[in-house]
Amino acid sequence: MNRFPLVQSVDQDGKWVSQEEKIEGTLIKSFYRHMLRVRTFDKKAVTLQRQGRLGTYALFEGQEAAQVGSALALKDHDWLFPTYRDHGATLTFGADMVRTFLYWNGRTEGCVPPEGKRIFPPAVPIATQIPHAVGAGMTEKRKGSQAISIAYFGDGATSEGDFHEGLNFGSVFKTPTLFFCQNNGYAISVPIEKQMNSETIAQKADAYGIPGVRVDGNDCVAVYQTVKKAAERARAGEGPTLIEALTWRYGAHTTADDPSKYRDQSISDERRVTTDPLTRLALYMKRERIWDEQWASHIEKELKEEINDAVDKMEAFAKPDINNVFDHVFATPVWPITEQKERYLKHVKGVSS
Amino acid sequence: MEATKAQQTRSMTMVQAVNDALRVALEQDETVLLLGEDIGRNGGVFRATDGLQAQFGEERVIDTPLSEAGIVGTAVGLAVSGSKPIVEIQFMGFVYPAYEQIMTHVSRIRMRSLSHYTVPMVIRAPYGAGIRAPEIHSDSMEALFTHMPGIKVVCPSTPTEAKGLLLAALRDPDPVLMMEPLRLYRGEKEDVALNHYETDIGKATKLSEGKDVTLLAWGAMVAVVKKAAAAVAEEGIACDVIDLRTLFPLDKDTIAESVQKTGRAVVVHEAHATGGLGNDLVSVINDTSFLSMRSPIERVTGFDVPVPIGSLEDHYIPSVSRVVEAIHKTVQF
Repeated sequence: MNRFPLVQSVDQDGKWVSQEEKIEGTLIKSFYRHMLRVRTFDKKAVTLQRQGRLGTYALFEGQEAAQVGSALALKDHDWLFPTYRDHGATLTFGADMVRTFLYWNGRTEGCVPPEGKRIFPPAVPIATQIPHAVGAGMTEKRKGSQAISIAYFGDGATSEGDFHEGLNFGSVFKTPTLFFCQNNGYAISVPIEKQMNSETIAQKADAYGIPGVRVDGNDCVAVYQTVKKAAERARAGEGPTLIEALTWRYGAHTTADDPSKYRDQSISDERRVTTDPLTRLALYMKRERIWDEQWASHIEKELKEEINDAVDKMEAFAKPDINNVFDHVFATPVWPITEQKERYLKHVKGVSS
Repeated sequence: MEATKAQQTRSMTMVQAVNDALRVALEQDETVLLLGEDIGRNGGVFRATDGLQAQFGEERVIDTPLSEAGIVGTAVGLAVSGSKPIVEIQFMGFVYPAYEQIMTHVSRIRMRSLSHYTVPMVIRAPYGAGIRAPEIHSDSMEALFTHMPGIKVVCPSTPTEAKGLLLAALRDPDPVLMMEPLRLYRGEKEDVALNHYETDIGKATKLSEGKDVTLLAWGAMVAVVKKAAAAVAEEGIACDVIDLRTLFPLDKDTIAESVQKTGRAVVVHEAHATGGLGNDLVSVINDTSFLSMRSPIERVTGFDVPVPIGSLEDHYIPSVSRVVEAIHKTVQF
C-alpha cells in the first residue's frame, strides 16, 4: 500500500466522499462549464485537423478535470508554465481562444498571452519548463508578492533531468511553486511501468523534502481543492508541492499518432463510461440538485457558438507577417539577420512580381 | 568630482576585473542576481565572485545545487519575471547539460512570443586550455553558441574588456554568453577604471596597424597572435592585429576594412577546425572583400580532436610558430 492515498472528493458515482467542506453550487457549475468548454474546443480542434484546417494537434480529452480544476485554483497574477498539451488549463486561466487555435495553425501569435496574464509559451521539450517555474517563483518571493508559479507536465517528464533539477531547486530555495503532473499512464507509447520503478510519482517529492500529493485527476473538485491548498501553502512561504493527478487521455498523443499500436483502446471506451470527469461532475450535480437541464443545454449552445466564432476569427486572421521571421530574435537587429532579411524580401518581391 | 572619480583606476587581473564588474552590477541594480556553483562562500573556483556574497548576501549571490540545466532553467524563470540573472558555469566544458535550456528556451523565447517575453541574462563561462586543468575543463565551444540563433557571444582578451563587456552584456536586452579565457585570468595586470563603463558589443578592436597581413583572433589567442606579429615584424612583415571581442554578431566592417587594405588574412582560434568560427570569418571576408585578396585565407586552429589533457595540450593549442608559419604562407603565395 503506498503512502500517498488518492485524494477524492467526488467518487465515480457522483457521491461526496471527502472530509472537506462542500463547494458551493455556482462554483461547481463553473467547473462543469469550463470542462465542457475545453472539451468542445478539443473536439473541434481534432475535427479541424482532420479537415486540413489546423496543423498537428495535441489532444487532451479526458484530462479536463486535472487541467480545469488546477487552473481555477490559481489567481490572476500567478504564473503558468504549460506544455503543448495544457491548453485546457491555459484557456481556463484566461488564454485567448483564437490565439490558441492560431498556435496549432503554426502561428507565433498563438504564444502571446492576453495583457496581464502570465502564461508562458507552451514548452515543447519535455520537463524544461519546470525550472522556469522555479525561477519565476524565486522572483516573486524576492519581491514579497503573493504570486505563485505552476509548472504543468506529464508522467514521462519525471524521467528527465530537468524534473529533478527543478524540484531540487524549488525545494532548496523554498520557492512558491506547484509541480503539477498529469499522469495519464503513457509517455506516447511507453507505459508508466516501463517509465519508472517507483509506485507513485507523488512519492518522488520525498526525495526533495517537499509534500507530495496524489489526487484523482478525473475529479475536478478534488483537483481544485488540492491545488488550492498547495497554492495557499506556497503563498504563505512554505514552499513547493508536487501534485500527481491520475488521469487518462482517451485519444492519441497527437493527431499524427495511432495509439492502437501500443495501447488497448477499449480501455478508453470503458473509461468514458466509468471515470469520465464531466459525467462524474454531472452525476454529483444531479445528486446535489445543482443540475439544471435548461442551463446545461444553454451552455452547450453558448460554448459551440463561442468556439465556432473563434474558428472564424482564426481563419480570418491576417496573413502571417514575413517580418516576424526576422524581427523578434533580438531587441535590436544584428547585421547577419538584417542582411538575410533584406535579401529574402527582395527575392520574394522578385518572385511575386 | 564625478570626473575625478571616473578616472580612478586600480591595477587588476582579468578575474579581478570580472569581480569588479559584478560588484558594480550588484550595487547598481537590486534585481541583479548571481547564480552558480561554489560562487558564494567559496567565491568561485577562480575567485571571480570573491567577497560578493559577504557584501550582498546569500539571496543575491546564490550558491546553487550542482545542476547546470537547473541553473540556466531557473535563470530563464528569473529573467522572464523581472530579475537579471548572471549565471556562472564553472567551466565551459560543463555547459553541455544546460545546452538544451539555452538552445530551446534562452535563445528563442523572444521570437516565440513576438517579444512579449524576453530573457535578458548573462552566462559567464571560463574556457580554454593551457592551465593544465583535468579533462573536459578546457573546451572552447564558442561555435556551438555562435551557431545558435538568438544569443550573443563575447570574449574579452584584457581585464578592461572583461569588465566593459560584462557590464554591456548585463545591460543588453537579450541573452549574452561571455567566454572568459582561463589562460588570461591571472595573466597581465592592467589599470582598470573603477566606475561603470561598457565595451560595445559587436565591435572589434585593432591592436596594431600593418599593411601586409590581417590577423584575427579573440580571447586567449590574442596574446599568441600578438607574439607572432612581433616575430614577423623583425622580417619586415607588418600585421593588422584584430581582437574580435564579439563573436556574434561579428564586426564585419572592421574585418573588411582591414583585409581590403592588407589583402591577406590569418584566422586563429583555439576551438576545433571543422564548423569553427574561423569558417565564418572566411565567409565574411569572401562576401565583403573577395576582389581585394592576394592569397587564400589561412586558418590556425585547434584540431578536430577532444582537447587533450595536460601533457599533450600544448600540442593542441595554436602556437606562435604555427601562426608565423601561416603568415609566411599567405605572404609567399
